[in-house]
Amino acid sequence: MSINMTIIGQIISFVIFVLICMKYVWPPLTAALAERQKKIAEGLDAADKAARDLEAAQQSVQAELQESKARAAELIEQANKRASQIIDEAKTAAQSEGDRIKAAAEAEIEQEVNRAKEALRAQVATLAIAGAEKILGAAVDMNNHQELVDTLAAEL
Amino acid sequence: MASGTLTSSEYITHHLTNLTYGNHPEKGWVFAANGQEASEMGFMAINVDSMIWSVGLGIFFIWLFAKVAKNATTGVPGGAQNFIEMIVEFVDDNVKSVFHHKNSMIAPMALTIFVWVFLMNLMDLIPVDWIPHTAALMGIHYMKIVPSTDLNVTLGMSLAVFVLIIFYSIKQKGITGFLAELSLQPLGKWALPFNLFLELVGLLAKPISLALRLFGNMYAGEMIFILIALLPFWAQFLLSVPWALFHILVITLQAFIFMVLSIVYLAMAHDHH
Repeated sequence: MSINMTIIGQIISFVIFVLICMKYVWPPLTAALAERQKKIAEGLDAADKAARDLEAAQQSVQAELQESKARAAELIEQANKRASQIIDEAKTAAQSEGDRIKAAAEAEIEQEVNRAKEALRAQVATLAIAGAEKILGAAVDMNNHQELVDTLAAEL
Repeated sequence: MASGTLTSSEYITHHLTNLTYGNHPEKGWVFAANGQEASEMGFMAINVDSMIWSVGLGIFFIWLFAKVAKNATTGVPGGAQNFIEMIVEFVDDNVKSVFHHKNSMIAPMALTIFVWVFLMNLMDLIPVDWIPHTAALMGIHYMKIVPSTDLNVTLGMSLAVFVLIIFYSIKQKGITGFLAELSLQPLGKWALPFNLFLELVGLLAKPISLALRLFGNMYAGEMIFILIALLPFWAQFLLSVPWALFHILVITLQAFIFMVLSIVYLAMAHDHH
């Protein structure tokens, strides 16, 4: 157990190992560690960003959905309004058409009545003459008494 | 037990003797036949087993880490890369929490110290007779496989750290700044010799305590393993298993302490007072 040249050998080998470690071992290992740390940080950042993007997308989807809902409601309202408008128009048209038909029918009836009256008047004249002949016992000359008959008929 | 022909003390001595190659005053450059001869060789000798195991483990460390570093992917790491990265991050965290200056040498040095010392300590968990006995069968009489139970090894590392402490102290504060720090505190300039004495003791205590702490812990641990190995074979498990389990903590802790104290000392060398 004595101090001898081993101590020098040990110092030399220690220095050599430290130098090799400094040059070939430590830098690549720490570089790999630092690189991986960077990668992980980037990965986490990317995940955060993706989460934020997702949230934004969800928000925009929500907004879009609300907008389309509002638009659909508006369309339905418009359609309802238009439908009632159409119904009103149809009602009005039907009313006026009915009125027109009724007026036409009334006019026709009037005409018919007048025509019947005319016919009756004519027949009344004939009947009156026949009645008068019977009463007078003589033929009433149609031509002579035409004026009288017409007057009679007009009075009816 | 290694063999019946050895007494207990011979067995212990055998296990605690390094394989030493050196310049013996009488025999010239030879492998020391025993501890006596090794100490007669003085400084001109080298503990071949310590060097082989320590350098071998250092190469293993560099090979393993460089291999993983070369294939390091920034994607999902595999098992080996995960394990290595865990160690690297652990060391990096420790360095960052203690050392606040810019120096690209500290962290790799801390990693080298931690893993290398850990691997050297780990040899302590290999049953004490396996490798020495195998070596003996191959004709090598001494084989101490735990380099950190050799004071030369721990002192070598702590002296390297010490040199760095001096170097960075002077580099950061200038030679005058460093000398001022050594001589003008804690008591002001009128107590200069006293300050200098106090600070020099403090400075020298750093590498010595660093080396002796690791050496002492590992040497004691190894000694206990050897003592347990002296028990009858059926009793060894009862003690060696708990001691080995406990020792896992010790070897990791000692590697960690060596690393952290080195970082702290170097951080102090960078700090201006």
